[in-house]
Amino acid sequence: MMKQIEGSEAVAEAVALCRPEVICAYPISPQTHIVEGIGALVKSGALSPCAFINVESEFAAMSVAIGSSATGARTYTATASQGLLLMAEAVYNASGLGLPIVMTVANRAIGAPINIWNDHSDSMSQRDSGWLQLFAESNQEALDIHIQAFKLAEELSMPIMVCMDGFILTHAYERVAMPSQEEVDAFLPPYEPRQVLDPDEPVSIGAMVGPEAFMEVRYLAHAKQTMALERIPEIAAEFEAAFGRKAGGLVRRYRTEDAETIVVALGSVVGTLEEAIDAMRDRDVKIGLLSIRSFRPFPLTAVREALQHAKRVVVLEKAFSVGLGGVVSTDVRLALSGIQLHGYTVVAGLGGRSITKDSLERMLADAVQDKLEPLTFLDLDWGIVNRQLAREASIRKSGPIAENLLRDLGTVQAKAP
Amino acid sequence: MLQIRIHGRGGQGVVTAAELLSVAAFEQGRHAQAFPSFGSERTGAPVVAFCRIDERPIRLREPILAPDVLLVQDPTLLHQVDVFQGLRSDGYVLINSHRSLGDLGIGELTDRFDKARLITVPATAIALQYLGRPMPNAVMLGGFAALTGFLSIDAVAHAITGKFTGEVAMRNIEGAREAYALVNERLSHRGEIPA
Amino acid sequence: MTQQVKFYQTGTFTVGNRLLSPEERTVQASINRNNSLNSGHRACQGCGEALGARYAVDAAMRATGGRLVAANATGCLEVFSTPYPESSWQLPWLHSLFGNAAAVGTGIAAALQVKAQKAGKAQSDIRVIAQGGDGGTTDIGFGCLSGMFERNDDVLYICYDNEGYMNTGVQRSSATPPAARTGTTQALGEAPGAPFGQGKNVPLIAMAHQIPYVATATVADLRDLETKVEKAMTIRGARYLHIFVPCPLGWGSASRDTIKIARLARETGIFPVFEAENGAVTDVTRIRHRVPVEAYLRPQKRFAHLFGDPGHPETVARIQAGADRNIKRFGLLDAAEPGLEPLGRLDGSPRP
Repeated sequence: MMKQIEGSEAVAEAVALCRPEVICAYPISPQTHIVEGIGALVKSGALSPCAFINVESEFAAMSVAIGSSATGARTYTATASQGLLLMAEAVYNASGLGLPIVMTVANRAIGAPINIWNDHSDSMSQRDSGWLQLFAESNQEALDIHIQAFKLAEELSMPIMVCMDGFILTHAYERVAMPSQEEVDAFLPPYEPRQVLDPDEPVSIGAMVGPEAFMEVRYLAHAKQTMALERIPEIAAEFEAAFGRKAGGLVRRYRTEDAETIVVALGSVVGTLEEAIDAMRDRDVKIGLLSIRSFRPFPLTAVREALQHAKRVVVLEKAFSVGLGGVVSTDVRLALSGIQLHGYTVVAGLGGRSITKDSLERMLADAVQDKLEPLTFLDLDWGIVNRQLAREASIRKSGPIAENLLRDLGTVQAKAP
Repeated sequence: MLQIRIHGRGGQGVVTAAELLSVAAFEQGRHAQAFPSFGSERTGAPVVAFCRIDERPIRLREPILAPDVLLVQDPTLLHQVDVFQGLRSDGYVLINSHRSLGDLGIGELTDRFDKARLITVPATAIALQYLGRPMPNAVMLGGFAALTGFLSIDAVAHAITGKFTGEVAMRNIEGAREAYALVNERLSHRGEIPA
Repeated sequence: MTQQVKFYQTGTFTVGNRLLSPEERTVQASINRNNSLNSGHRACQGCGEALGARYAVDAAMRATGGRLVAANATGCLEVFSTPYPESSWQLPWLHSLFGNAAAVGTGIAAALQVKAQKAGKAQSDIRVIAQGGDGGTTDIGFGCLSGMFERNDDVLYICYDNEGYMNTGVQRSSATPPAARTGTTQALGEAPGAPFGQGKNVPLIAMAHQIPYVATATVADLRDLETKVEKAMTIRGARYLHIFVPCPLGWGSASRDTIKIARLARETGIFPVFEAENGAVTDVTRIRHRVPVEAYLRPQKRFAHLFGDPGHPETVARIQAGADRNIKRFGLLDAAEPGLEPLGRLDGSPRP
């Protein structure tokens, strides 16, 4: 059924259709509307039987999820940013134990400085944890991927993060097609655990593993993610057959066939990029886009195949590895090993800075002429950066950085962004 | 694509207004995208919300920098915030005020726009009359329907019933219809009386 | 070294008394006990925690007919009970992290509840215990513990308190008593050993949450411990059991003295043994033969610096004052000595 609803609401309804049995959540912007939506469905009895637990921290949320999933219950939680970091120990614990928990990450920047707006630093910080990580471009895709996520996670017995841009997607009203309960039931069978705490067949789960076998256990997680490289496109195809639309998969190409320049990106910025690319194509620029949907496992082969014939690759990412540069671009470079082409990293949108079509076109125009630096920060205000550096060079007690910058920006004006 | 930008203060239902617009457009079979300028919840602070409407799926995800329509729910923002920034020269402006355009003292700010497309409506007064509360958002949408013709008043009314129920929905609809009628009347008077 | 062995009359509740009727015998006295913590684990000789865990979990298994799941925090118990590639646990058991045993227990209980509802039952017949040492309970696990209490989740949390982070080599926890020597509170300087702080009385904190059942116990009194576990299992909701378990290695006591030291902890008033329901103390175990704290402190090398020449008699006196305060507060003596009259009830209402 077609609906015009908020992204969070769409995710809440989609998750509810997957018949989760235990939901545990701690509020954090911008995930709050999702758990409120699901909470209402549980409280009203629309989603039943389901335990909805208000926990005391994100660390508790993932811990409750671990206990629940190990007991054989289909388990869901959601978080962002600081919350994901707080539960980091438990995040690794869940994947190490092989528990198919599904978690929405409403992508948000990590402080300090505290910032509630969108970028990808949170889920990127956990990219080595063993969790599968899928990114959604739109609210329709977000709801569709959640349904695929339960299936994928439970088949492989690995937990999965569904990443959707905080505020930009979670708080946007858009048209979505919401499946029916029957359709989801047909697609997603009840959870059959590989391991379960059961008095009839007692097992010990979570014992220490010494040097004798630790590497093998860790490798098996990698093996499962390698299997996921096969299953993700298959499940996307199964989804398309069942629901009549494309969603998920490893990557999506847009106008890359004869492209000399290809932009690589994840998440909602892909929409704005397509507009920029269409405008440039209208001016006969041979440019295309590769949207990465599965970030872990990283689809090395699919990325290589999509990019190998281009002259230049621009990775536009909302993530940043301090002291190095790009996060996604590092993975992309690995996919392109041995292939000679111009590679550019463009870090954009950190802390929710708007990425506009005009700005992208200007940057891409430079890229196409190979005028870009290898590492570019889109729309960075070099003036205030240099002013701060000069300040620090001249005086030891230079004060808190963020406050200095805000003062340099002038009185915060409530102008239209 | 039609781009609408709504200015107001936290607590005035600015975000809801954008959502209602998107629902009304949806119900008329169009694609619509509505979202706020995101921030921590704070009553009284200036907020902006956006709505894009198009016949095709909307891919753009940036704030609306060049709106076709501007709705200003709180006139105290006129001299505090650059609400007119980026407005297209043939853009529409609807301002919530009991004063006339001339009396608002924004002559310079609005010089470059088409005066025929700028109008005020006393949305807060109408809201107080019908709702008993100074919540002008739904009322403004009635004015929007009259000013631009991009959505019918019936579509607006139907969207309101999706968001609100019972008495509250009814009164919001009545307020919206009142504003619709009022703006239409003012516009037609403009046509008769020389500028 | 000889110990005095006393022979008790028949008809008493001596552990292993074969002359008692079967229903009155302890779980441990039965050859049919679950032996939930099976032999072959790697605990130190004389480990109080191994003893306490076997006592408690076997009692819980009997009380629930074997329908029990355990969540375990990181710590000595988890490490010595599951040395790769073996496990000594004879029940479904999950170890997740150091600070989350209570939350994991919450998750298990929630899942069991939903499964039961799906099978048409009002509640699950499978019960949940979450267990950990003092470190995992009073410090790093404190937030999750409080959350479990506040929600009244149907979990029995058992804390095995050996007053320090033992598995990592004996470091101070918030359960470490004043003046005790640990790796991070060395017996050096003017105030050797752990400082006198406020302490963190988790049983009282549990009571402040007004959960259905809170109790303390020691490994010196098996019957009392089993009774409390079994009672806890008759109750639904959040329950807390705090068991005093001496650690020969960490405390520097003889491995054969574990039970004796636990008994001395009770008999000095250092460790009050009591039960509480819904925030009010309902019963206390009276001290039978009160002894001064010195009798408890001397056998433990972690307090050795308090004795000798000149030692720290003022510190011993402070410890004695603490024990006296417990005696008054909990009314641990049958006939109160002067200065040790019991105070009001622990929920503030006056004693009759």
